[in-house]
Amino acid sequence: MHILVLLKMVPDVVEDLEIAPDGRALDVEYLRMILSESDDHALEEALLLKERHGAKVTVLALDAAEVDDALFSALAKGVDRALKIEGMEAGLSTRQAAGAIAQIIAAEPGLADADLVLTGVQAIDDLDGLIAPMVADQLGRPYLGIITRLSLDASGRTAVATKEYPGGVRGEFEVELPAVFGMQAAEKPPRYVPVAKVRAAMKAQKIECAPVPTLADGGWPAVQVVEMKRNEPAGHAEMLDGVPAQVSETLCGILAGHGLV
Amino acid sequence: MTGSICVLAEQWRGRISEPTYEVLALGRETADSLGVPLTAILTGSGARDLAQTLGIADTVLYVCHPQLAEPIPQPCAQALAQALANRAPRALLVPLTNISLGIATLLSIRLGAAAINFCTDIKVVDGRLQAVCVMYGGKIEATVEAAGSPAILGIWPGVRPADKGRAERSPAIEEITVELEDSPVRLKRYIDPEAGDVDLTRQDVLVAVGRGIQSRDNLPVAEELAKALGGAVAGSRPVIDQGWLPLSRQIGKSGLTVKPKLYVALGISGAPEHVEGMKDSALIVAVNSDPRAPIFNVAHYGIVADVMETLPSLTAAIEARKVAAHHAP
Repeated sequence: MHILVLLKMVPDVVEDLEIAPDGRALDVEYLRMILSESDDHALEEALLLKERHGAKVTVLALDAAEVDDALFSALAKGVDRALKIEGMEAGLSTRQAAGAIAQIIAAEPGLADADLVLTGVQAIDDLDGLIAPMVADQLGRPYLGIITRLSLDASGRTAVATKEYPGGVRGEFEVELPAVFGMQAAEKPPRYVPVAKVRAAMKAQKIECAPVPTLADGGWPAVQVVEMKRNEPAGHAEMLDGVPAQVSETLCGILAGHGLV
Repeated sequence: MTGSICVLAEQWRGRISEPTYEVLALGRETADSLGVPLTAILTGSGARDLAQTLGIADTVLYVCHPQLAEPIPQPCAQALAQALANRAPRALLVPLTNISLGIATLLSIRLGAAAINFCTDIKVVDGRLQAVCVMYGGKIEATVEAAGSPAILGIWPGVRPADKGRAERSPAIEEITVELEDSPVRLKRYIDPEAGDVDLTRQDVLVAVGRGIQSRDNLPVAEELAKALGGAVAGSRPVIDQGWLPLSRQIGKSGLTVKPKLYVALGISGAPEHVEGMKDSALIVAVNSDPRAPIFNVAHYGIVADVMETLPSLTAAIEARKVAAHHAP
């Protein structure tokens, strides 16, 4: 069993996001990049499957700021192989990224045999579509998203995937392998890895690098950002200012006025 | 239907989803602005009767096949591509929900069309369609155009009231048959949620905690506030994923939709996936340390502060007021 996990770095939205001078993109100079949250869950699910089934786990990521930290962290957690696609221009669309990833999976030795390709269900910047169905389509494999649990049959030919629906409903699906899954969450929270273990991985293990393939535009119609701006609170909320005791008293009075206290 | 605005009608477990009507309302507005028809497109098996509920549309295309009984992305996208290939709609609006997620992307590939995700509104500017998209966890708004048509637009739930997407009239229904291969993805069963210890949908007051509560150890402080207000504690997705609260307490896209008299959002940023589940609460109070948190867009009252600094004094103030009210003549 071989599991390939696709990882993507995204801006940390806990930080202030600045807009580039052209008003059409984020200003990369001020961005702090972190691993996309649902990709972290995809990695965790792969590691859980490795523990259960003795699978080999490979991670593949496009180059980005802080990506080496994410890849060494994955190695420290127990991933067997880490690859980074280098040399692309910044600001690839999700469709371009999917094209590069699918080409690397086909060309790089030892990737095309992956029984499962896992990635996050959706990243916060997936403006022109989702990467999992795009990669599935390019590889000609089944796809299912919003997955919170995977189990494999003894033969390794099918997986049972649990998909989330509205209202807390779950659907259990039988999926023929090889397949691509968009993970919403792993069965357990992503594991913590101590910094010392990551440092040890940096000394003992390596990240393989693959050059970005020539990206055909595929003839896809372009998606063009005309304007980007902060989604400022539009004055909807009446803000209560003051020290905690003051705002608590004010809010308490408001709640009393609504008959809630 | 050349040039029409088309809306994917989600059918799941024998019903049309509520976000479908919300998106139909947006589709109706857009079609009227352009002076073109509105078409709803419904996939299913034995689901023709559901098309009758889509009367806001001028026409309903009902695409039927046994493989379409469940909204599984690849067969649905394949069927929709066959149905739309020669019909050339201007745009297809797809609800961005757990039912349809993935269909828009796959369909855009099959139609050679552009896909635009995260849409909250559509503007018609000089005859061109511009999508307003809320991305980066709700922190950034982008105005986006797609070259060519159709454009496949993923629409966040809640963009319009669902009632505006309903109409009493009967639409014209056109039934379309498609050829589909056997799917390698097969539904085994649905699992309905186990009843939690508390039915959050029946609570008048919910105190909802998000990542800003920092630790499971801080939950009792939120529980004290909920107790003081006579309510229950709920959570956003990260809190549930961390295992701090059970699944039955999750509010939002994959959890419950609630409409309490009071919703107190503590350390919840206000990503669209969460807002979807609580936006219709009668009174929303948000406490967040980030003054730009999108939750303040939906809240009625906001406090920019550390949740853990505010909570104890708020609980104390409420308890004090209750005592005072009890002793009042």
